[in-house]
Amino acid sequence: MTQNHPFAITLDVGTSLVNHTGSWRTVRPEYVHRLPPCNHACPAGEDIQGWLAHAEGGDYEAAWRALVQNNPLPAVMGRVCYHPCEGACNRAQIDSAVGINSVERFLGDLAIEKGWRFDAPPAPSGKKALIVGAGPSGLSAAYHLARLGHAVTIREAGPLPGGMMRFGIPKYRLPREILDAEVQRICALGVTIEYNSKVSNIRDAMRDGGFDAAFLAVGAHIAKRAYIPAAGAAKVLDAVQVLRSMEGEDKPLLGRRVVVYGGGNTAIDVARTARRLGAEEAVIVYRRTREKMPAHDFEVEEALEEGVLMKWLSTIKNVDGGSITVEKMALDDKGFPQPTGEYETLEADSVILALGQDVDLSLLEGVEGLNVRDGVVEVGPNMMTGATGIFAGGDMVPSERTVTVAVGHGKKAARHIDAWLRGQTYAPAPKHEIASFDKLNAWYYGEAPKTVRPTLEVARRTSSFDEVVKGLDESNALYEARRCLSCGNCFECDNCYGVCPDNSVVKLGPGKGFEFNYDFCKGCGVCASECPCGAIVMTQEAI
Amino acid sequence: MSEARETLAPGEAVQRLKFYQKGTFTVGNRLVGEDERSVQASQDRSNALTCGHRACQGCGEALGARYAIDAAMRATGKDMIAVNATGCLEVFTTPYPETSWQLPWVHSLFGNAAAVATGVAAAMRVKNKRTRVVAQGGDGGTTDIGFQCLSGMFERNDDVLYICYDNEGYMNTGVQRSSATPPAARTATTPAVGDEPGNVFGTGKSVPKIAVAHNIPYVATATVADLHDLERKVTKAMSVHGARYIQINVPCPLGWGAASHDTIHLARLAVECGLYPIFEAEHGRITHVRKIRKQVPVTDYLKRQRRFAHLFKGDRPDPRVARLQAMCDANIADYGLVAGADEEV
Ligand SMILES: Cc1cc2nc3c(=O)[nH]c(=O)nc-3n(C[C@H](O)[C@H](O)[C@H](O)COP(=O)(O)OP(=O)(O)OC[C@H]3O[C@@H](n4cnc5c(N)ncnc54)[C@H](O)[C@@H]3O)c2cc1C
Ligand SMILES: Cc1ncc(C[n+]2csc(CCOP(=O)(O)OP(=O)(O)O)c2C)c(N)n1
Ligand code: SF4
Ligand SMILES: [Mg+2]
Repeated sequence: MTQNHPFAITLDVGTSLVNHTGSWRTVRPEYVHRLPPCNHACPAGEDIQGWLAHAEGGDYEAAWRALVQNNPLPAVMGRVCYHPCEGACNRAQIDSAVGINSVERFLGDLAIEKGWRFDAPPAPSGKKALIVGAGPSGLSAAYHLARLGHAVTIREAGPLPGGMMRFGIPKYRLPREILDAEVQRICALGVTIEYNSKVSNIRDAMRDGGFDAAFLAVGAHIAKRAYIPAAGAAKVLDAVQVLRSMEGEDKPLLGRRVVVYGGGNTAIDVARTARRLGAEEAVIVYRRTREKMPAHDFEVEEALEEGVLMKWLSTIKNVDGGSITVEKMALDDKGFPQPTGEYETLEADSVILALGQDVDLSLLEGVEGLNVRDGVVEVGPNMMTGATGIFAGGDMVPSERTVTVAVGHGKKAARHIDAWLRGQTYAPAPKHEIASFDKLNAWYYGEAPKTVRPTLEVARRTSSFDEVVKGLDESNALYEARRCLSCGNCFECDNCYGVCPDNSVVKLGPGKGFEFNYDFCKGCGVCASECPCGAIVMTQEAI
Repeated sequence: MSEARETLAPGEAVQRLKFYQKGTFTVGNRLVGEDERSVQASQDRSNALTCGHRACQGCGEALGARYAIDAAMRATGKDMIAVNATGCLEVFTTPYPETSWQLPWVHSLFGNAAAVATGVAAAMRVKNKRTRVVAQGGDGGTTDIGFQCLSGMFERNDDVLYICYDNEGYMNTGVQRSSATPPAARTATTPAVGDEPGNVFGTGKSVPKIAVAHNIPYVATATVADLHDLERKVTKAMSVHGARYIQINVPCPLGWGAASHDTIHLARLAVECGLYPIFEAEHGRITHVRKIRKQVPVTDYLKRQRRFAHLFKGDRPDPRVARLQAMCDANIADYGLVAGADEEV
């Protein structure tokens, strides 16, 4: 400040830019990233929000490329994934969850249509990895290891790739040409699959092939049995066997009346398959109630729509030629089914048991250090079994049994195997705090105009597994992608830049985000309050 | 108020363009073209009221003034002059000879902004210049002491846009009541004591309605909670000549006893509860009403402000809350603020 001011004047002529109001501040805004709940819920660790953001802008190839960073099977996922992401989606609290699964399917199908390929792997590391089983977990591990530069061989007992995706999940939910296209793309990375090549002893296989590490993903294929007294010409089959034979030349002969025993997704699939094979009656017999059924509700619904009948609270007592005896159950006060002594007879040409599967662990016989509990192999946080250099994932380890979990295990194992092969340890990046709904300012998200809602309903329905219903078309997919709220991560809406009463937010330009000008920011907090997606926090200023 | 009117949704331009569920109501939207974004989203907005001003943290008036003047500068190609009444906006921007204003700007007195602006407009006409004139002031300077000059400016249809930043009181001199202060609000001159604590019901006036009654070319109310609507109105006002009036609701954290981060939230609640109707009128007829998007009870608005705290002190509900709600309901009915079942909001 100069000295010679006229009377009553204390300031110089000039702009207020000399007046650094930042000194008033007691709290300061900061840009943060929060973990979107969809990403958090994804068993394959997809950055869903990240790829939706590309799709929103109409750049589907970029979206697909971002997606396959984590999951090489988007077209499969878009059909068979149980999409826990949608269950976690914050948008459900505004209207309904973003149809993530249907957009994923759209991207996956588009990639097949356009023939998009994965980026070529980097220079070879010189290390060799053996993968046992070409199911989703093995394929995922192979893909990630190949992308990390390792030479990968998959040994597969069966004649074709896919594991339960081919020999379990029926065609009407997953057309085989889709599966083949996505597997083919993985092979094109240089992954070798040896078919009809069952591994009977893992240590021998590793030694003979000169492998530095192994990833086991043999799945769970041995059908669980229940003791059911059977007499006469009773035809008792197991579900896995029936579904597997669907892939062969001779379709199974099940007869007119089929009884399926069990309450999981496999029971539903086999009953729906029986209907498709011409059974007039397909009855699912299950010991508990519908609410307790492990099968997903929408699958039960679809089965019912297709005429599958359900007998809740019932167990099969015996099978006698063309009929079975069923005992009625009642739930006790703890909610467990107890026998009632009331019986009923059902006609049945065949009985299919869908009581779950066990893991065939014969290839691990004699391997030191291994821990097997409840019929599955225990693994550490790095997916390594108790045996050095042998990793495992998918249905054969303790976990939920889904394709997506299997894919996630494959990825996680690949990262740890890579580090292990390089004599390092892999430390995943620390996770951000979850962007829960209370962190958002939902005002800024527009409602779907009424005219679009009917199309939207159709779009949602296509996220079911029914191939009869077509996938999304481009405008639907774009619409759906744009419903994403971008929870917890800046989407450059310019709100902070606009709402600051002090012009203290600097806009850096497209893709570059924003910066606070702390020389002038007074710490009012309007930016944090008005940020739609919760990407600004106010923190105490050290004074 | 039964005139036929156009009913358009907030953010309609963007919404109509394509279905941008994300970014429809935000300041910008990375998915739409530059020309469809707000002035405030632009990296080269004028920042008419630049950093370093001495307004309180979270001042709605500072924000509203930048929104409005930036939009006017865009609309006039920056060929404009602002005339300012005394009040916070003048004091916090221009402790003479330092200023935050980035355009030619004149301050004379508390009550004569409309008259000075009329004079500036006349001077421009005489000098054959196209320079446009905007007068601006607080609610005190507009609805009370400056009212006579304002009515004269309207009645003569002088070529001035007058913007009133309505923070519902004389904030600059310590929060005294003005004729725009809502009933029940506590101010320094309407303390929360006695039988009728706070501002008295049945007093005050609606200058927007009075402006409409002057049959001038353009009158609008606006809010810092709806930038798109505000910018559209300022732009429209600058596209016509003659006397124009825009009154912008600008929460004052200090005078209202509210959290500084709540400024826009409060402005939004004022509109969404129906207390502050947002409309537009041309030549004496209402032509557009901004529909309520998510209706809220007036208590949602009142409870966040200490100037209304006395309404929620006792253990019995204060009947004045119901009277305030009745005012909202009357506005909703009179202006048709709630969309019918067949209308999109
Ligand atoms: C009928 C049915 C429907 C299902 N539907 C769904 C669904 O809709 N969505 C979903 O997410 N999940 C579903 N699942 C579960 C899902 O299929 C499995 O969780 C998943 O396939 C497990 O993957 P995986 O890689 O661990 O094993 P698998 O898919 O079982 O693959 C294991 C592979 O290893 C091979 N193999 C086994 N032993 C050896 C050996 N010794 N040497 C060489 N190869 C060997 C097998 O031949 C097989 O190809 C379903 C399962 C069934 C049975
Ligand atoms: C003739 C005259 N009387 C009183 C004042 C003192 N004064 C300066 S600003 C002000 C209040 C301004 O209130 P308002 O117009 O609502 O603007 P705000 O500060 O609320 O933005 C008053 C009373 C004055 N400057 N001139
Ligand atoms: S008193 Fe109110 S109007 Fe004046 S600068 Fe502070 S917040 Fe803004
Ligand atoms: Mg005022």
